[in-house]
Amino acid sequence: MTEPNSALFTAKEAASDQEVRWCPGCGDYSILKQMQSVIPGLGIKREDIVFISGIGCSSRFPYYMNTYGMHSIHGRAPAVASGLKMVNPNLSVWVITGDGDGLSIGGNHLIHLLRRNVNLNVLLFNNEIYGLTKGQYSPTSEMGKRTKSSPMGSLDHPFNPLALALGADATFVARTIDRDPVHLRGVLETSNLHKGTSFIEIYQNCNVFNDGAFLSYSDKKQKGQHIILLEEGKPLLFDEGNKGIRLNGLKPEIVNLEEGFSANDLWIHDSRDATKAYILSRFFDDNFPRPFGVFYQEDRPCYEEQLIAQINHAKEIQGETDLDDLLRGKRSWTVD
Amino acid sequence: MNTQSLSKVTIHFAGDSGDGIQLAGSQFTNTTALAGNDLSTFPDFPAEIRAPIGTVAGVSGFQINFGSEKIHTPGGRPDVLVAMNAAAFKKNFPNLKSGGIIVLDSAGFDKKNLRLAAYDESSTPIEDIPKEYQVYAVDITKLNREALKDLSLGSRDKDRSRNMFALGFIYFLYSRSLQTTLSFLEAKFKSKPEVLEANLRALNAGYNYGDTIEAISRFKVAPAQMEKGEYRNITGNQATALGLIAAAAKSGLELFYGSYPITPASDILHELAAHKNRGVKTFQAEDEIAAVTSAIGASFGGALAVTGTSGPGMALKTEGIGLAFMLEIPMVIVNVQRGGPSTGLPTKTEQSDLLQALYGRNGEAPIPVIAANSPADCFSSAFEAARIALEHMTPVILLTDGYIANSSEPWKFPQASSLASINPPIVKNDAHYLPYKRDEREVRSWAIPGTPGLEHRLGGLEKELETGNVSYEADNHQAMVKVRDRKVRLIAKDYPVQKLIQGPSSGPLLVLGWGNTLGAIQVAVEHALEQGLAVAQLHLKYINPLPEDLGAILSAYEKILIPELNYGQLVRIIRDQYLVEAEVLDKIKGQPFLAEEILEKIKSLVEND
Ligand code: SF4
Repeated sequence: MTEPNSALFTAKEAASDQEVRWCPGCGDYSILKQMQSVIPGLGIKREDIVFISGIGCSSRFPYYMNTYGMHSIHGRAPAVASGLKMVNPNLSVWVITGDGDGLSIGGNHLIHLLRRNVNLNVLLFNNEIYGLTKGQYSPTSEMGKRTKSSPMGSLDHPFNPLALALGADATFVARTIDRDPVHLRGVLETSNLHKGTSFIEIYQNCNVFNDGAFLSYSDKKQKGQHIILLEEGKPLLFDEGNKGIRLNGLKPEIVNLEEGFSANDLWIHDSRDATKAYILSRFFDDNFPRPFGVFYQEDRPCYEEQLIAQINHAKEIQGETDLDDLLRGKRSWTVD
Repeated sequence: MNTQSLSKVTIHFAGDSGDGIQLAGSQFTNTTALAGNDLSTFPDFPAEIRAPIGTVAGVSGFQINFGSEKIHTPGGRPDVLVAMNAAAFKKNFPNLKSGGIIVLDSAGFDKKNLRLAAYDESSTPIEDIPKEYQVYAVDITKLNREALKDLSLGSRDKDRSRNMFALGFIYFLYSRSLQTTLSFLEAKFKSKPEVLEANLRALNAGYNYGDTIEAISRFKVAPAQMEKGEYRNITGNQATALGLIAAAAKSGLELFYGSYPITPASDILHELAAHKNRGVKTFQAEDEIAAVTSAIGASFGGALAVTGTSGPGMALKTEGIGLAFMLEIPMVIVNVQRGGPSTGLPTKTEQSDLLQALYGRNGEAPIPVIAANSPADCFSSAFEAARIALEHMTPVILLTDGYIANSSEPWKFPQASSLASINPPIVKNDAHYLPYKRDEREVRSWAIPGTPGLEHRLGGLEKELETGNVSYEADNHQAMVKVRDRKVRLIAKDYPVQKLIQGPSSGPLLVLGWGNTLGAIQVAVEHALEQGLAVAQLHLKYINPLPEDLGAILSAYEKILIPELNYGQLVRIIRDQYLVEAEVLDKIKGQPFLAEEILEKIKSLVEND
């Protein structure tokens, strides 16, 4: 990882001159700030960085980064970014999306991006609500959620974004949260190192329409009970090390370390294990603490690399046909 | 046996979709092209991939019109019908010219085939053919099996070469050499010696059969007076693909083609995917929306970005095209039109997406629209669409259609060095770069990610003049709408002068066409002129913006007739823009115009006057 003092530009230079227009107190501010502080140290030149977003509150993000950027249309950022990477593979591309943008209107593009494994990073700001349109339930809102468009409670079963990403064979899957800057920066740095599509779900508080949705994961008093910080090669511990998770076959169980269990009995986090990653992604109800960190990573050739390899191979075996030969084709005749 | 000289012949090959009709047709085409005739072809595919064998719905057709004179269309009513079964005969006999030649496989008229073709089992369609037709009822199946009897192939495999028998017979009838097809077969079946042997024998057997039967007249069609030069045969979709490749080469850009499979546009994707050795990047996207938006990403990234589709796909791309317009990035959108609305008639042709191309977006979003008018013209139209897109920083819609996409004609291909270079306004450094600052043509410059110092953000929100920063300011929006409109209108400044194709420069009637109607109108107006009617012909390639000199041309005629394969679309534009008396001749049958249909209309209009 690049040392901070090797930063190619400053955090201030990473910010554009545009006035940031999220609601005061919105979790987006924290994510923007961490991005602006992390990105100069990634060893990438500012001109080689591109942010591509769709539509929604989070999708205003590119306007605030002093890099290349595109605020595209609702749900389509993964496809725009894929096209960009195919023709300009050296760029560092960051897709900024939200739960509505990425999982509802753009759900199709997201899963296809993940299976193709284009080398870019997807930051999905999950606030479990439609903010920009003023508060309708989203595909990650809990069932029964009462909003203006669901006065009697939402009937939609919510998506589990990480399980969805793993189901689409994503090669890098992580979760972090707006209120933990250190963790957020760490995940951003790690995702940048991954070659392939990095999928990062960021819990983001919408303090206007869905305030406190993730309070139990950020509130100092509650979070110890409710979160597990995943660390490579370390046991799954929570509640200040008093509790842990062990695997009984494929069944996870919460165990109390004060009741005769030791760290040796616990599930050791291995982000290369797809089965375990899937089990972790199902820690999605109140029975288990919510995991944060890198759930899964895998080395798989990325799409644009393979595309370029095919092109090089074709050039090698067929030679680069000259335009005249191409226009002439295989069968031509002369009239004289 | 006498040999008659003809100046023009139209042959229609027809059979079940498993009978190898397209292959026989394309072989006849290649041979005919090499013999020096001008020609035009039109395949007629069944609507279903595998309609029930032997039924009329399952008939596949291939028509070729060739001659020693200039050929403008695949021909109206054929002179010759080759029918491999009863269904093919039933479907196509009504179109055959009175007194025409019929070559049929009599084995395809047994009870079963009659039933499948929905004939009464006791009917005798062959015997019922009126006397004036010249009928070759040949038991091709039996003769072919006989010729292959010592081969170890099963009889089904042997029957697969019936198409070559029929083709051989037609080659004999039209005094053609077998050489082109022999070499083709040798290359195609190199790894299957038995199949190769079967096909070679079938072809020769068909030819020899013609030689052995008595009292047959043969025909000769002398080479056409073609312009000197080197030719190849090409379909519209191939020509579109090559035009895009050439434009990429001439602009020094990489070609990116994002597309989702759809009839009848998929062949462009197939053709481009075969040219990876020229660095062409094709992307089969997850849907039409990803196809267009991946092209937007590729354009942002500095490529010649293209997406191709047909009508229903255009509908899905609408929002993406609007974004490309708003961003003012170059992109070509190819719509190979088919019968609509909705899923419509996927394998049939129509020109009914013109208004969609012109108006099918939210907001004020004028986009240049250009239309190709023949298979070979798809090359120059695609090249021109790319030139306008790149030099004027705008998405451009190229309209072709199923008819010209699948038809073929000889193409006097250009030398690469004769193609003009394309100069996109790429900016490499500018200390005061403003992404939406414009030149005198209202064109902004193109800063490609990776270029130091030109970092900028763009998006679908309204932008401030010059800076491109988000702006909701009222006067700015009005100014931006106008400047984007003006930019598109200024494109017409580069157009060549509009020239009449034929006829007087003023008079009672001008026939105005666009797209695939060119050939049929040309033949119709030629005949009208021969008959002493004062009719002129003009054909539009540029539909938005319209040519600046069009108004003056139109105003010199009392009436404008616009034949269109739709219910009247260009006619609305012409009336709206020029307030002239314009009338449509519509045809919405999934088939191209016949010259006679247009001629008849011309006569009714000019004689009424
Ligand atoms: S609506 Fe919610 S998500 Fe949107 S800016 Fe305001 S607080 Fe943030």
